[in-house]
Amino acid sequence: MKKGYFGDFGGRFVPELLMPPLMELEEAMKDILPSETFRKELDDLLKNYAGRETPLTFCPGLSEKLGFELWLKREDLLHTGAHKINNTLGQALLAKHMGKTSLIAETGAGQHGVATAAAAARLGMKCTVYMGAEDAERQSANVRRMRLLGADVVAVESGSRTLKDAINAALRAWISLQKTTHYCFGTAAGPYPFPDLVREFQSVIGREARAQMLERTGSLPDYVVAAVGGGSNAIGMFSAFVPDASVKIIGVEAGGTGEPGCMHSAAINLGRPGVLHGEYTMLLQDDDGQILPSGSISAGLDYPGVGPEHAHLAAAGRVKYAVAYDHEALDAFQTLCRVEGILPALESSHALAYVLAHAGDFEPGSRVLVNLSGRGDKDMDIVEKALGL
Amino acid sequence: MHILEKKIRDAAAEGRTALIPFVTAGYPTPETFWNVVTELDAAGSDVIEIGVPFSDPVADGPVVEAASVKALENGVTLHGIIEGLRDRRGAFRAGLVLMGYMNPFLQYGLEKLARDAQEVGVHGLIVPDLPYDEAADMRAALSAHGLALIPLVGPNTSEERMKLYADVSDAYVYVVSVMGTTGERKSLPPEVTDVLSRARRVFSLPVALGFGLRAPGQLAMLPDDLRPDAAVFGSALLRHIAEGKAPADFIRAWRA
Repeated sequence: MKKGYFGDFGGRFVPELLMPPLMELEEAMKDILPSETFRKELDDLLKNYAGRETPLTFCPGLSEKLGFELWLKREDLLHTGAHKINNTLGQALLAKHMGKTSLIAETGAGQHGVATAAAAARLGMKCTVYMGAEDAERQSANVRRMRLLGADVVAVESGSRTLKDAINAALRAWISLQKTTHYCFGTAAGPYPFPDLVREFQSVIGREARAQMLERTGSLPDYVVAAVGGGSNAIGMFSAFVPDASVKIIGVEAGGTGEPGCMHSAAINLGRPGVLHGEYTMLLQDDDGQILPSGSISAGLDYPGVGPEHAHLAAAGRVKYAVAYDHEALDAFQTLCRVEGILPALESSHALAYVLAHAGDFEPGSRVLVNLSGRGDKDMDIVEKALGL
Repeated sequence: MHILEKKIRDAAAEGRTALIPFVTAGYPTPETFWNVVTELDAAGSDVIEIGVPFSDPVADGPVVEAASVKALENGVTLHGIIEGLRDRRGAFRAGLVLMGYMNPFLQYGLEKLARDAQEVGVHGLIVPDLPYDEAADMRAALSAHGLALIPLVGPNTSEERMKLYADVSDAYVYVVSVMGTTGERKSLPPEVTDVLSRARRVFSLPVALGFGLRAPGQLAMLPDDLRPDAAVFGSALLRHIAEGKAPADFIRAWRA
């Protein structure tokens, strides 16, 4: 397979001026990640700062209703409220070992921005977060959190003023800042080696969950389900189970409102291959190759592309990629709140929504593991507005 | 010798720096764009780079990005640009280059693009998000039709990486003067002399300098042996046009 590719997907389609920092990062991954010192420092941060390992929660109420066992991997209980911190602590520590003094990051809803700002503060690094101006307006609480954590937040006014434009702005900034600065990419996408690097740091989710399932139930789950935007929580969960042929794996994309012609974020289900943000992957685009705006009630899934490894797992048929709609996610959100006392992020609600809406497709008595990638406090305003509360 | 190299060498033979204006297709309006190209050509441009708009131009600064956004709003497409060129085939003295991002080219189809571009009189492509490592398919498609894939190198491009490009490139090498995106700067950064001398050592092709240029005086600061063979200007020209000034006046200032 060509270097940096997953099957046909991946690569690094970037300006030549970004090749040296990407190659530097690739070397650092080889030299620094396996070292004893790095592993120890990262393990300590994950355990004693971020709160790993996260619990595996059995849902008795929902399991009884559904007729199969529902298990949740509780990434919502991590520091800053989502799986994003696994990646930002890893990348920030790596950057520090590389001699970088600053981090830049993009953010959509603000979760990755907050997690990067926290990691930077903890490790004594400077941090600048690029955020689409429209996102910065609708997620102002996260902008305030980032600023409290010492980060500079740059509102990006160009293009559609959302996540994809924030990534463009961060890539542009990295051209000028590469000597001193690491680009802490937020999802398992972008130019090689970011898809590998982010999966590496998120794979702790799947490793833990697999061991916990074996310990608690004596067997592997029959199904593993996660929401897919860029795809970092999903790849972190899936990577441990891909070699287990008996485990059926389902990624859930955001289908938007579900009305004909609605905006959505289902790049694998409804997109075509193309090049964006340094990678060849499945994309929402028009006939001329212009990137189309995406849409979802979940800001964290609202992205017109997807990580290249997911595009490959879909093409290879190893993972089934399905769609959940806004209203299904809202139903799942409420159900989990009321039946299990857990307030899930709207991203994670999509994974759960697929399971609830397609319960008949799951074997009775089987074990279903869902990645609960984040908590839903951040989504209160959106949910209340959507439900007319 | 590739025709684009010849255009630049011919300027050198006249004792001057070759001039390579960049204009985003459809700028300032789809109706007036081709007049701009005609005027730039008549005023003595040696090569004209036509920008193919893209929704996510990561190598561009605010001026070119804004021009790209406006062009897309005005319905400019790669198909339309090719048809516009077809209508004017043979009308231009200058060499013609399409500059744009990978995805619109990829969706058009690389083989079809190479064939159509050659048919309508295009001589080469510049693709800012297509580094050496990903360029094999594009280069093969273009070279089958005599089109050049013009390499971009910059202040952080090592001699080793320049050699990779030098071994497979023709036409000219585009040297990016700054560690940044497109857009005019007051002065060239001091490290520009390093990248120019590296490029001179590695490439036998003419050297075009771009990103950050706005006035001929900027080149006068460079030592004689490092003066580029060609100067590329985009943002400064777009601003000049936006101010309602004649494109030809911009070229004349550089030819004076």
